Amino acid sequence: MSTTSAPTQNQIEPARPSLRVDREITFRAVVILAFLAIVMFLLPSVLGSDWIKTFTSVAIYSVVALGLGILYGRVGMISLGQIGLLAIGTWTATRLNYAFHLPFPVLLLLTGAITCVIGTLIGLPALRLSGLYLALITLMAAGAVNIILSAINFPNGGGGFTGHTTAVDLSGLAPVRRPAGAAGDTAYYRYVVVVCALMFLLALVHLATKAGRAWASIRESEPSALASGVNITLYKMWAFALASFMTGIAGGLLASQLGQPTIYGFPIQDSLTLLAVVLIGGIYSLWGAVIAGSFMQLVPFIFQAEWNVNANFLLIIFGAGLLQVLLTAPGGLADQVPKDLAKLWRFISGPLRRGAPA
Amino acid sequence: MIEVEGLTVRFAGVIPIDDMSVTFPKGACGLIGPNGAGKTTFFNVLSGFVRPSTGTIRAFGEDLLKMVDYRRARWGLRRTFQTEQAIERLSVFDNVAMIHEHSRDGRAARRGAVLGALDFVGLEASPEAKAGSLGARERRLLEVARAVVGKPRVVLLDEPAAGLPEEETVHLGEVIKRIPGEFGALVILVDHDMSLVSACCETTAVLDFGKLIASGPTPEVMRNEAVIKAYLGTEADS
Repeated sequence: MSTTSAPTQNQIEPARPSLRVDREITFRAVVILAFLAIVMFLLPSVLGSDWIKTFTSVAIYSVVALGLGILYGRVGMISLGQIGLLAIGTWTATRLNYAFHLPFPVLLLLTGAITCVIGTLIGLPALRLSGLYLALITLMAAGAVNIILSAINFPNGGGGFTGHTTAVDLSGLAPVRRPAGAAGDTAYYRYVVVVCALMFLLALVHLATKAGRAWASIRESEPSALASGVNITLYKMWAFALASFMTGIAGGLLASQLGQPTIYGFPIQDSLTLLAVVLIGGIYSLWGAVIAGSFMQLVPFIFQAEWNVNANFLLIIFGAGLLQVLLTAPGGLADQVPKDLAKLWRFISGPLRRGAPA
Repeated sequence: MIEVEGLTVRFAGVIPIDDMSVTFPKGACGLIGPNGAGKTTFFNVLSGFVRPSTGTIRAFGEDLLKMVDYRRARWGLRRTFQTEQAIERLSVFDNVAMIHEHSRDGRAARRGAVLGALDFVGLEASPEAKAGSLGARERRLLEVARAVVGKPRVVLLDEPAAGLPEEETVHLGEVIKRIPGEFGALVILVDHDMSLVSACCETTAVLDFGKLIASGPTPEVMRNEAVIKAYLGTEADS
């Protein structure tokens, strides 16, 4: 052991990596701000109203994908109930909308809180089950939600607990309100992007602190996490609570986006599709959630509205994409694309640099 | 000091630990025995993964078996596993920091304590490097750093040298030997490598088929007839 070199090395060590990390953080911040600027200002100025509506859905489903990404990618708990939870969030927001005249942010937070409680209860089996069994239980929970909401319908301004009226003349009933000052599609789109960005920030804060490290420890090995002093029950429930809260917020945004939501917007198979696109996008990356949201909403729109192709063909494409990811790129597109771009850049720049006079 | 009294563990039809009574006084203590002797089961009892049928364990005057499993780390119990457990997706720093976060040491001391632990084990890798990028030797050292951070009282090391080449085992031995002096913790070392146990541990206990067959100062234990027959004998046969 070289005891003589240890002290000098020690003095230099903390400074060097932190400088590198600072530069990395700056780079990331610039990329994120540029991305937000493009999404919020460039897209609305060049795209039509149908596209903007689609991008609103992309942002909302990115948050749903983010919730699943935290559960599966960070903690290792698989849930196929996320679309059911989104339906619960949308129903709750719709109900609250017709029942009270709450300011929109309050309505969103209340929806998030209620969905959080329900989602955490659905997640309770995760304390005993994992893998396929947990997936099955959560899928069945989503199925139960679907059946219940089909039976009681989404509120449309009627009375009682369900808030649904079967009156033939619905002309007097207003759609779900949008936030004050964001009634138009473009304004509402920007509002949604900001709220979704806040959800990503919430996830980032969790992942970079004690909870994120405890989750990583649970994901690596539960016995080791336990021996490290991690209260596994608490942190697993915390992950379900966080994912459910986010999904509830997404549901609240979706209610106002749709105006008159119905259960047909939440087919059970969407839960499976969500898992597929989250894996394709990249389960370990926050960007992966954005890619997943795009696959979930943007790609079907392009297929159907722009190319006139039946969007069901997408299932085949997602299947092939999933196979490709599972076999060759476990980090998903969010991990693979930057690597491929770097490779491409070396491929292009290599001959140029070698050819250039020194 | 850890005092074990009449400890018995029963699984269906198997008794991995049978009426074990032993005291680990202080410093570094070895725990050896052939495969299946009950060494890891004993660690699992200390960690709270396995509930014994009978017996008591007092650690520094406290009843360890009464403590909730995840709270034992906060109390000061640390352990490593036979298979290495570094968290691949976290940085070296975060790997150690997450242990500190669940310890009884204060938040203000975290950065210094983590860098101190990394320095103590002699890990040269950058604290910002992902643990997944480390080699086998560095991961083992990282695990020891995780075991000594945050004011440990008892450090359980389960075959920390498994798979390491000779000279790296020597370095690890030196690190382990310094743990009691540096952190004031009691070390219990399980290993098949007799030379590592001889080099690190003043006292050693020997298990065979769940029964304690010898304990005492390491050189004496190594000369014990029953130990040579049960442990070293089978080693020589293989």
